[in-house]
Amino acid sequence: MIIAVASGKGGTGKTTVAAGLAISMSAERKIQFLDCDVEEPDAHLFLRPSLLEKEPVFVPEPVVDQSLCDYCGRCMEVCAYNAIAVFERNVLVFPQLCHGCGGCSYFCPCRAIAEKGRIIGVLEAGRSGNMDFVHAVLNIGEAQPVPLVKAVKKRLNPECLVIVDASPGTSCPVVEAVRGSGFCLLVTEPTPFGLHDLAMAVEMTEALKIPRGVVINRSDLKYDDIIENFCLSRGIPLLLKIPFSREVAGFYARGVNMAEGIPEWRETFRELYQKVMVFSETVARYKR
Amino acid sequence: MKIAVSARENNLDALVDPRFGRCRYFILADPETMSFETCPNPGADAAGGAGIKAAQFVVSKKADAVIAGEVGPHALQALEAGRVKVYTVSSGTVREVLDNYKNGKL
Repeated sequence: MIIAVASGKGGTGKTTVAAGLAISMSAERKIQFLDCDVEEPDAHLFLRPSLLEKEPVFVPEPVVDQSLCDYCGRCMEVCAYNAIAVFERNVLVFPQLCHGCGGCSYFCPCRAIAEKGRIIGVLEAGRSGNMDFVHAVLNIGEAQPVPLVKAVKKRLNPECLVIVDASPGTSCPVVEAVRGSGFCLLVTEPTPFGLHDLAMAVEMTEALKIPRGVVINRSDLKYDDIIENFCLSRGIPLLLKIPFSREVAGFYARGVNMAEGIPEWRETFRELYQKVMVFSETVARYKR
Repeated sequence: MKIAVSARENNLDALVDPRFGRCRYFILADPETMSFETCPNPGADAAGGAGIKAAQFVVSKKADAVIAGEVGPHALQALEAGRVKVYTVSSGTVREVLDNYKNGKL
């Protein structure tokens, strides 16, 4: 089972929920934790894994042999990202814009373009207690997180309960992180901004055809209806509320997940897992 | 002499578009005769690399110089490769900045 944790809005508590679930389930299930927020990975702060394994992640980058090039401009035409520009007697490659599709090299009539690997970040793997942990860190200045997310997800071990911590938003790296999951937990907060981005995240899970449920973090009973009404009107299960509590925030500030700091929460997160299983199985049965 | 000016509309009295890569139009003008041609910027709606696409276009139009509000680092690199001079201005209409160019005030 793969459970992805996403949010739309940033800072709503994805890692709190993902790490809480992992810690709480680790007593009864073999857990693999994949932190796919490669631009700002933070789950290691709470799970404190020993990251013994490090592996560079490469993307292909076109290298032009100008002695073979006749400046026909075919590469520039096929490049959807404007990452290669041909002038009268010069070809410029913009590596930060290149998505590594290989089109320029494939279509070059002079065979003047080769592809070389360029390191865009590092994947790190290790263990936290009996939990497998993988994350990756994008190098500063790099614009493309997706190849790193793919590298992390390549480590996926289907024998484990896999928990994927996605990045905020609903763009390519989030889609890549959430894709293929059996269930997606959407963590939100009871604010108009939280609602707005939750609606976008719901659309994303619908496009990916992944069953989803909502967790309200910083739940403050006065304003929760903003999210509750949305969930009701869209038929989305509201699975958990985490109260706006000084105790939870205090543990967080010290790098301690709420499930580690407040043992009663482990039972609540185990119940969350049970609910997730019920919903994903129901959806799977309905699909059949 | 041909100058490409980034413009918000397709006439000489349009304001200079502060953006180079995503400006709506390029006004390709001869500052001496003020004869001009307007072209929509093919980079305007690019998903990425708009500045490079715009620079490529300006080079293909054989412009000698570009006048825009801001020119990003990628576009600047591409314009340099195409041997196009770059002038940046903070405000004004296309006509005004071309006059300023002609009078050596840029």
